[in-house]
Amino acid sequence: MAEFSLPANSKVKKGKTHKAPEGATNVRNFHVYRWNEEDGENPHVDTYEVDMDKCGPMVLDALIKIKDEEDSTLTFRRSCREGVCGSCAMNVDGTNTLACTKSCDDVAGDVHINPLPHMDVVKDLVVDMSNFYAQYASIEPWMKTKTPTPANKERLQSHEDREKLDGLYECILCACCSTSCPSYWWNSDKYLGPAVLLQSYRWLADSRDEFTGERLDELEDPFRLYRCHTIMNCANTCPKGLNPAKAIADIKKLMVERQG
Amino acid sequence: MTRPTRPLSPHLGIYKWQLHMAMSILHRSTGVFLGLGLLAMAWWLMSIAQGPDAYSEFITYASSLFGRLVLFGFTYSLIYHFLNGLRHLLWDTGRGLDVESVRKSGMLTMLLSVLLTVAVWVYGYSVIGKF
Repeated sequence: MAEFSLPANSKVKKGKTHKAPEGATNVRNFHVYRWNEEDGENPHVDTYEVDMDKCGPMVLDALIKIKDEEDSTLTFRRSCREGVCGSCAMNVDGTNTLACTKSCDDVAGDVHINPLPHMDVVKDLVVDMSNFYAQYASIEPWMKTKTPTPANKERLQSHEDREKLDGLYECILCACCSTSCPSYWWNSDKYLGPAVLLQSYRWLADSRDEFTGERLDELEDPFRLYRCHTIMNCANTCPKGLNPAKAIADIKKLMVERQG
Repeated sequence: MTRPTRPLSPHLGIYKWQLHMAMSILHRSTGVFLGLGLLAMAWWLMSIAQGPDAYSEFITYASSLFGRLVLFGFTYSLIYHFLNGLRHLLWDTGRGLDVESVRKSGMLTMLLSVLLTVAVWVYGYSVIGKF
């Protein structure tokens, strides 16, 4: 059942303010969600004043600067800093995105940073992705075949069939879309969510995969696929410009078409 | 040492409201309202079956300011739910799902639903000829 308000231990309190160094003229406020297991307290929002004249352009640059210069306890995931790894997915200014490809200039006023929504927090901006990855594993995201592998060559694909995977294979599994989806918020234990369904369609759409029927059988369930109500948060928030809602609609079409 | 329960990260309270999201929840709430409206409609039909006294009692309630507000809400709900339902049918065929089309069809649906609701009421009052 959907729980619209946060549990008592998750209510967010006001935190500390970390001042920018003396002489900074171009100061911007970053309000960042903080929680750690040790102090036994509720989550709180700390404010960091950042001198933008001495900071890189992206939200991730600001976070790294804060960690380096103002507060080394601030915890977040990051790796590639160019939008290919998906590690720094978080909620910036109310929508989910990658901190490394989100420009501070695209945010009006103060910058509000929260972890990916409706997830268990491990520390600060780091959330527990176990369920998300388990759901990804459950769709068996690899090529499955029945026919024997052709001798001495790969399974070939026409250019047209390869093009059907465009807009699907680019997904980096950052979970921005799934954690933007209200249906996923209320039913993440049973609903697979936009990211995993897009990945599922990536294999359904692959001309070389021979388990289309079995894959559809697995999705034929009131929750796993059909909790998508086309709210469209997924497509609007995807930092790679992909469209999980369209992939889900295409899966639903396959379900109808196979009934003849 | 037992692990403290992890907090749940904020969701509805921090997620930015956008047109497509608001229209989705409006679709559901107008649907619920229409379901409740059926009760009022059943009351109306029963009052007709019960005779002139019951019917005039119903009309007293229905034509009060509150009754009219509910009826106006019912008209809007019906029109909005119908138009947005057409949008959902289009989406179910796999069309019109790109971000830009969703924004445009959303604006159009909002505009049309308000215009049509006002049109129905203007027409209604012009038939009665009085407020």
